[in-house]
Amino acid sequence: MKRFQIEIPSDPACLKIVRSSVESLCSMAGMDENESCKITLAVDEACSNIIRHSYEGATDKPIICEGKIEGSTLFFILRDFGKKVDPSKIRSRDLADVRPGGLGVHFIQEVMDRMEFEDCGEEGTCLFLEKIVSTTGAQD
Amino acid sequence: MEIEIEDLGNASLVRVSGEVDMSNSPTVRDSLMDLIAGKAPAIVVDLGEVSYMDSSGIATLVEGLQETTSYGGKFRIAGLTEKVKQVFELARLTDVFDIYPDAEQAKEGL
Repeated sequence: MKRFQIEIPSDPACLKIVRSSVESLCSMAGMDENESCKITLAVDEACSNIIRHSYEGATDKPIICEGKIEGSTLFFILRDFGKKVDPSKIRSRDLADVRPGGLGVHFIQEVMDRMEFEDCGEEGTCLFLEKIVSTTGAQD
Repeated sequence: MEIEIEDLGNASLVRVSGEVDMSNSPTVRDSLMDLIAGKAPAIVVDLGEVSYMDSSGIATLVEGLQETTSYGGKFRIAGLTEKVKQVFELARLTDVFDIYPDAEQAKEGL
């Protein structure tokens, strides 16, 4: 099974480490560059939301990001230890209302086939993301 | 990420290169807001060398557009790479911005 697991601090400057790992996994899954960029964007937005909302901008808190390919599906699990997310309050906004901000959840929902939050005990939240891969075949 | 600003007399050309994300979009915003504070008559943002943009980058551009048009200025986007274009498409913003193939064409008529 192809997988990675990394831990980064909740510093926006470290998001590129996540993006690089996600891009590599997408490439191994045989995705083309544009599709890979969308998946990378979705995971990046999820991490940005953790920094903004769960950690309220603190830059020294842990984010654990796991990605794996199982069969024809890409799985990502993002774990934080910050403020708990209320899934009922997570929703995309009306895009006809053109204004700055609020696009992250829309990007994730638009790109991914599954987005689900799970309570991880006393602290934080786990976010599960899934994408079914339609490719010409994964690389060995 | 790098930003270069060129004064064209009747317009300001803002060349952005590299990856625009949550870590550096405030820098892009500061550059745009400086021009907007001076009531720049037209701003062209050249994204031809931008390899990645997240929602914070998009939000910065939406704010730039709204602020510029609020005083009658023009705000144009030039040179979207395929990767960045698809982010605009995901945000349903391709019809909201004046988008030109490159900076030269974006500067015409300003």
